[in-house]
Amino acid sequence: MSPDALLSARGLRLSFGRIDALDGVDAEVFPGEVLAVVGESGSGKTTLLHALSGAMCPDAGAVSYRGPDGAVQDVHRMPAPALRALHRSDWGTVHQDPRQSLRMAVSAGGNVGERLMAQGARHYGDIRAAAIDWLREVEIAADRVDDLPRTFSGGMLQRLQIARTLVTQPRLVFMDEPTGGLDVSVQARLLDLIRGLVARLGVAVVLVTHDIAVARLLARRIVVMRAGRVVETGLTDQVLDDPQHPYTQLLVSSVLHA
Amino acid sequence: MSAGDLVLRTEGLGKSFTLHLQGGVRIPVLDGVALALRAGECVVLSGPSGAGKSTLLRTIYGNYRAESGSILLRHRGAWLDLATAGPRTVLEVRRDTLGYVSQFLRVVPRVSALCIVAEALTARGVGTEEARAGARAMLLQLHVPERLHALPPATFSGGEQQRVNLARGFLGRHPILLLDEPTASLDAANRAVVVGLVRAAKARGVAVLGIVHDADTRDAIADRLFPVTPLQDAA
Amino acid sequence: MNGYNFAYLDEQTKRMIRRALLKAVTIPGHQVPFGSREMPLPYGWGTGGIQVTASILGRADVLKVIDQGADDTTNAVSIRRFFARTAGVATTTRTADASVIQTRHRIPETLLREDQIIVYQVPQPEPLSKLEPSRAETRRMHALAEYGLMHVKLYEDIARIGAVTISYDYPVMVNGRHLMSPSPIPAFDTPKMDGMAALQLFGAGREKRIYAIPPYTSVKPLDFEDHPFRLTRAPHACALCGAGDSYLDEVVTDDRGGRMWVCSDTDFCAGRQPAGAA
Repeated sequence: MSPDALLSARGLRLSFGRIDALDGVDAEVFPGEVLAVVGESGSGKTTLLHALSGAMCPDAGAVSYRGPDGAVQDVHRMPAPALRALHRSDWGTVHQDPRQSLRMAVSAGGNVGERLMAQGARHYGDIRAAAIDWLREVEIAADRVDDLPRTFSGGMLQRLQIARTLVTQPRLVFMDEPTGGLDVSVQARLLDLIRGLVARLGVAVVLVTHDIAVARLLARRIVVMRAGRVVETGLTDQVLDDPQHPYTQLLVSSVLHA
Repeated sequence: MSAGDLVLRTEGLGKSFTLHLQGGVRIPVLDGVALALRAGECVVLSGPSGAGKSTLLRTIYGNYRAESGSILLRHRGAWLDLATAGPRTVLEVRRDTLGYVSQFLRVVPRVSALCIVAEALTARGVGTEEARAGARAMLLQLHVPERLHALPPATFSGGEQQRVNLARGFLGRHPILLLDEPTASLDAANRAVVVGLVRAAKARGVAVLGIVHDADTRDAIADRLFPVTPLQDAA
Repeated sequence: MNGYNFAYLDEQTKRMIRRALLKAVTIPGHQVPFGSREMPLPYGWGTGGIQVTASILGRADVLKVIDQGADDTTNAVSIRRFFARTAGVATTTRTADASVIQTRHRIPETLLREDQIIVYQVPQPEPLSKLEPSRAETRRMHALAEYGLMHVKLYEDIARIGAVTISYDYPVMVNGRHLMSPSPIPAFDTPKMDGMAALQLFGAGREKRIYAIPPYTSVKPLDFEDHPFRLTRAPHACALCGAGDSYLDEVVTDDRGGRMWVCSDTDFCAGRQPAGAA
């Protein structure tokens, strides 16, 4: 693990039957940076995200995380309570489908406040104030704080999920296709929001996306995956403007320009 | 750094492109480029269209990957080879030492012109207010009217976008500045502003390396020319 | 009574339940699974409480059974009669005279003593069941003491109504560790559980769970610092005994909207009335 890395993966392997979803993958994430993982469906990018976040245990290899106290922990050897605590506080996850993480029967404010309450916050007024602050942060009007998520549009739901995730000021957020399934105009707004929040909060993000434009906009570094392997990695603009690997060249040349 | 000190030097710099989608054809563009740039001077790349001037600039910036040779650069008082530096080092060099004004502004949806320009300073830890004040002054100097500052440049004209790009490039105050056709879409008045900015930068000891097709602008800023010749001709 | 083992259940079953009870006492508030038996009453009529009572009854015990505070309602009468017939134990309606009290939805007003045991009938032992449908997940939440979700429920109440609206089955933290359902007793009774001298046992027959609170254990209702748990009580005095501090039932007295407020705890109320008045 590099001395200043936040998260480091070495030699990750994971097979599903005869399919090698991860075939010797290395990756590092540094504090405050956005790392994009791109590739087509089935390239292993989402599996990599799961392996990095501890949701899936690799057959071989290790993932190390440097906690706020500087101590390095093996993500896959941590006791379950410690890993869950990490996911509630220092880490966050943004799913493509916000319904996967939001509680649809709980108000927007309750959704945002849940992580605070899980961390032991017991002052209603403070929790509510924080929830309203974070709704504003993601451009949801304060008077929607008591509304149920089912009255929200798709873009609003995604922004609510982001508020719910960032409220505990995590150091590392895993995002899986955060703008997938949204209209282009809604997508642009969300991308801008993520870009601004990430820069201002200094949060590190592992961003899985099949959309190269999203990667270019948000990430300074990029990992290109194909068939469970990293085929190319480096500066986002260099990899996309001067792709070396045949697959990356294909990926870049396949993008439609408006 | 006193004026005249060497700040950038390429040695045996080579670059070719391999097009895997077209049967792996290899197109050599640069070979053995040896370029030296000193603080306070402006060097303009010369050569016919397609000679590889833009490729050279982009390779020095790290936008293209150097294939052979080295790109030595003074960064925080020490020499560093950008050709072999890791991505995070390159990002640090871009933030603090090496500025780049591209031919076209890459527009970020919904981000205002002022924010795009101010980012050159906030990225280096300058406070938001101070950065915005600097950005505002620089935009006004480049004749971008105040009413446009709060708007995202997506709807701006080519010349306006280019001036936003220039404002960001010059506001960063990098000791080395790369300019790729900075005046291509500007009128005479704005070209004059750019000439003024380059001269002021040189006076501060900034080393400028550029591609400038407009002869008047080139003559006004260039201390010397660096010829880039097409490899096919050289071969 | 011929043909039945003492207190209806066979000795093997009682032993199994006692083992579950012992485990429950050692981990206050923790739900212990047990092999709940078919009883000659339908689920919802206190089959969990009956099995616990059957397992702890001795021949010298004096049993009191209450339903919503009253000794004379159908559920209380039938359970009391069940044990009188199958165990032949003495029964009483007087709280102070009972050694075992089985209850549905109330805690007696009279303070319980160290030599008494109270057995609660529990319909739903899992306090998180309405918030988290997965049983595997709620077990994990208990194991890791992850109870933020319960506060989300309280948050929602305050956000929508201005106060926590849970008026019965108010979630409590037992011994500072386990989140527990106190069974559907009114929130008014919840503070009586805290530091109670008597042993408190809980049986859920359909859900097959037993849990317990040993004597003198801390039982704290969940709340927020700025919205502390508050006792709520109908603002009346008992129409029969004049008590101003007991839990009251509203009784409709005629077809013209007449109503009165009386103590829900019939034994407590009778004890406060002049002799012969009740």
